[in-house]
Amino acid sequence: MKFQPSKDGYYGQFGGAFIPELLYPNVKELEDNYLTILESEAFQTEYKDLLQHYVGRPSPLYLAKRLSEKYGATIYLKREDLNHTGAHKVNNTIGQILVAKHLGKTKIIAETGAGQHGVATATVCALMGLECTVFMGEIDIKRQAPNVARMKMLGAKVVAATSGSKTLKDATNEAIRYWIQHPDTYYLIGSVVGPHPYPDMVARLQAVISEEMKAQLKAQTGNENPDTIIACVGGGSNAAGAFYHYLEDENVELVAVEAAGLGVNSGESAATSQLGEVGVIHGSKTILMQDEYGQIVEPYSISAGLDYPGVGPLHAFLHETKRAKFLNATDKEALTAAYELTKIEGIIPALESAHALAVLPKMKFKKDQVVVVNLSGRGDKDLETYINNLEK
Amino acid sequence: MNSIQQLFQKKEKNVLSIYFTSGYPNLKDTIEVISQLEKSGVDFIEVGLPYSDPLADGPTIQDSSQVALQNGINLDIIFEQLLSIKNTNKTPLVLMGYLNQMLKYGEEKFCQKIVDCGIDTVILPDLPMIEFENHYKALFEKYGITNVFLITPHTSEERIRKIDSYTNAFIYVVASASITGAKGDISNNQVAYFERIKNMNLQSKLIIGFGISDKQTFTTACNYANGTIIGSAFIKHLGNNGVERIDNFIKPIIS
Repeated sequence: MKFQPSKDGYYGQFGGAFIPELLYPNVKELEDNYLTILESEAFQTEYKDLLQHYVGRPSPLYLAKRLSEKYGATIYLKREDLNHTGAHKVNNTIGQILVAKHLGKTKIIAETGAGQHGVATATVCALMGLECTVFMGEIDIKRQAPNVARMKMLGAKVVAATSGSKTLKDATNEAIRYWIQHPDTYYLIGSVVGPHPYPDMVARLQAVISEEMKAQLKAQTGNENPDTIIACVGGGSNAAGAFYHYLEDENVELVAVEAAGLGVNSGESAATSQLGEVGVIHGSKTILMQDEYGQIVEPYSISAGLDYPGVGPLHAFLHETKRAKFLNATDKEALTAAYELTKIEGIIPALESAHALAVLPKMKFKKDQVVVVNLSGRGDKDLETYINNLEK
Repeated sequence: MNSIQQLFQKKEKNVLSIYFTSGYPNLKDTIEVISQLEKSGVDFIEVGLPYSDPLADGPTIQDSSQVALQNGINLDIIFEQLLSIKNTNKTPLVLMGYLNQMLKYGEEKFCQKIVDCGIDTVILPDLPMIEFENHYKALFEKYGITNVFLITPHTSEERIRKIDSYTNAFIYVVASASITGAKGDISNNQVAYFERIKNMNLQSKLIIGFGISDKQTFTTACNYANGTIIGSAFIKHLGNNGVERIDNFIKPIIS
């Protein structure tokens, strides 16, 4: 199993748990218990029940006929946008809130970029009656106002991160700093990032996406394997979930799409695999954008959820081993793709998901090539950006 | 014997260490700060390497790091500054930074530069023991560098004993579950924790840090350890008074 982490949480040279001593007991407790909890019958029963009756899974695998016609392939959309709370994020928060409960935790903290993970965390905290604090960059609070309002309505406290670039990276720093001062809290990380075991735990919880994909493709095409899976990557949780059951099957092409912002070489980008180098960020060794002295470079993307200077260690490994092809899409290309999907399929995608769609015109397909695009979330939260750019 | 061991041979009690951020408040202040601290009677000095994303630091040190980075500080300038005072400075220096800085600079190059500057002790709060054992122990030994580990109220006895066996300088006793700069008196719970560590009869010297800010907290903490580290309170003083009046901060603590 080449793409499973080692005992210490390494995917090749990437991963590990680079945490201050203050966090050691928390992370160790999680590491010692997460697999037992995830694999227990009690967890599985409750998790699956909630996914079906609360989240609304399985999410449909939709054959997008007009999109297929346009790009000369057989394109399916995995409709994570139809989940409760509007994105794939809830698959993970439902799972982790159960893990937190098994560990006896009552207070939850989380970080969020676009607000989708914050909303998903606030939602499961409301569901379970747990106290919730969400850290969010000051800039993201402004550009994702509807999600901030949702979190507050759900009873969460939203704390603005005012340091650095005031976006996702800084929200994560603030969450970790709070965690250091409040070791009794459970840190519900929203992506396949952070110290081991978070990347593996989140990937396992998001793996429901590829698990369903297999059954749905089998039912709809007779073959459980697509030729190609495309997903956007910020930290990389929706991509990890969409790729998970296909990682070891090298006949399936995996395409990870990063946010190029104003262009990969514009100085305003979040295309980590192109611009990054090996380093340590937020507790794990991975690829990250940094200067020659190891200072973390502030990323840029129109999409708050992709505005992150690193990727999860699994993705760093997929990039290094060339198991996944890493492409990127600019702000403009993502906007164009979002307008296109809205017009020809009647689906308004999240800006993050629009990056995945934006590589369709850049790829060459055979007519019968089965392509799955993971439509990670819906675009309601991005309406203001869409409207503003439509008028231009 | 490294510079910290030599210090403890001369002085075992009431050791005062000061942390400061290099390149703060001005790019070229590093040398002057060290010189003034030495004159004021500080026993050893922790030279902070400003980092863009300092997870274990509170707002005071983080802000000072941002100012220093805006001033244009970087590892090459810091090493240049430290090299220039190698022969005149007699106070042991300890480097405190984050692992990514060393990784990116080049691990061997980083170690060589430290040694060239006459420094033999580092603190990397995000370097956990398992990574040290697997990847850095041999490297540091090759260059004669000691890594200082942090312990907290939640660190198990087994881990503390292991840390004790890896340390040739001191164990950094983090006073409470906090980031740097958390202020307040020393509580009964903290005293119980300090006593527990003291009674373990470790071979390493103990230095208490995080939340030590004045004469009172210094004196109390010194009852349970060989000394303390003061960081945020000193950075605030530097921010308000510049490098001219360092004496005004140090003297009331050690008098």
